[in-house]
Amino acid sequence: MVGSWCLHGVGTVDSRCFCGRAVPVVRANFDVVIAGAGIVGAACALELTRAGLSVAIADPAFPGAGATAAGMGHVVVMQDSEPQFRLTSWSRRLWQALAPELPAEAEYSPCGTLWVAADEEELAAARRLRDDASARGLSAELLDPAGLAEAEPQLRPGLSGGLLIPQDAVVYAPAVARWMIRSAVAQGAVFRPGVAVDSMRDGRAKLSDWTAWSAGALINAAGMGAARLTRGLPIQPRKGHLVITDRAPGFLHHQVVELGYTKSVQALTSDSVAFNLSPRPTGQVLIGSSRQSGVDTEAVDRPILEAMLRRAFSFMPALRELSAIRCWTGLRAATPDKLPLIGPHPELAGVWIAAGHEGLGITTALGTARLLAAQLTGRVPEIPAEPYLPARQTVMGRELNHE
Amino acid sequence: MSETVRIVLNGDEREVPAEATLAAALLGLGLMRFRNSVQGEPRAPLCGMGACQECRVTVDGRMHVRSCMTPCREGLRVETDQP
Repeated sequence: MVGSWCLHGVGTVDSRCFCGRAVPVVRANFDVVIAGAGIVGAACALELTRAGLSVAIADPAFPGAGATAAGMGHVVVMQDSEPQFRLTSWSRRLWQALAPELPAEAEYSPCGTLWVAADEEELAAARRLRDDASARGLSAELLDPAGLAEAEPQLRPGLSGGLLIPQDAVVYAPAVARWMIRSAVAQGAVFRPGVAVDSMRDGRAKLSDWTAWSAGALINAAGMGAARLTRGLPIQPRKGHLVITDRAPGFLHHQVVELGYTKSVQALTSDSVAFNLSPRPTGQVLIGSSRQSGVDTEAVDRPILEAMLRRAFSFMPALRELSAIRCWTGLRAATPDKLPLIGPHPELAGVWIAAGHEGLGITTALGTARLLAAQLTGRVPEIPAEPYLPARQTVMGRELNHE
Repeated sequence: MSETVRIVLNGDEREVPAEATLAAALLGLGLMRFRNSVQGEPRAPLCGMGACQECRVTVDGRMHVRSCMTPCREGLRVETDQP
């Protein structure tokens, strides 16, 4: 009977290959198809599978291969805007709830964030952040120079103080993405690694292996690839560099970030670096961070790398004693108003967007998945969905329909 | 017989050849576990010429020093069995 099947084996939607012969029937109809198995796509896959929907996911590489592996895995509450605060603080609670389920290799570590104030102006900013956090019912502890030195003895003397956010955490995001995909597949989801979604519209996702899936909802969670897949999305690359050191157990205890980081992040058009360290459970130290707008090449940029390291050394001279064993880059998917795009595409029926998370994708992946699941199943979401809708005014018309 | 120097290996004073590399001296003392991998497996010199990084030890409080590239000196403090 083998002869009745074609040898191309493609065209599974109609159970018929382009050559006209029948092919073995592979499931090709789903409630949801997700393009991209980064932390956002993987979180959506798990959430929607658990909500009882049939889910298929494709990724041109493997889970967490893109920006997910080029981030520090910092689960952090940010207060730059009310919607950003709502999404990050809610997502952090979701991470805390998920933590007991995570496997050991996810390396969830509730180490807290230590924001470092270099001068009196930054210390005043730390006070404001502490007051904001307290008003919102979050823990935040202001540290004097002695308290700062006690929390992180390797910081240089002469700093003005710090703000400790004890409930922030660090995870190893690629391992989380892999676990989420594995868990979704264990509950019936279909995952195709090494296969890209080439197009998605009219209820149909065409895959790079010439097969196709049909689904009621097509979710574009392709990170920097999202704007290629859905033309006109207001997403621009913001390149980042990371360096990882040899193991030095006990060297660093918290995610340590300079308060000037916020300034670095907000400089939308210019290149910037900031002092940002992450402790790995192995004792390694992850050194960041850099931001370059509109750069879409992945090669290491030596001047930026040097500026980033100099910045880090200026806060923690002892870092010079460690050996860097690897440096790499990644592209954050940035939107004009620094909020992700979560919800239905304003024009393409059945197409949903979960992209544009910039540097907060690890933190906000869980909230994103919940928001999207609520919208897809007609549930009232836990936080208002409007600020993140792809149709919002702050991004619509900025670059949408630009092409 | 060549000259010797005294080093402090994991707190114990030991006599080693003055002109040896630290790696050779430690191997001569019968040391098999120079450091531990991430998974806690033993690691010891492989290339002996500075490339493989497997012979790293802590020297005078400084971690990740390649013992094969370090000449023995009087009073060197060496700790093994670390990351």
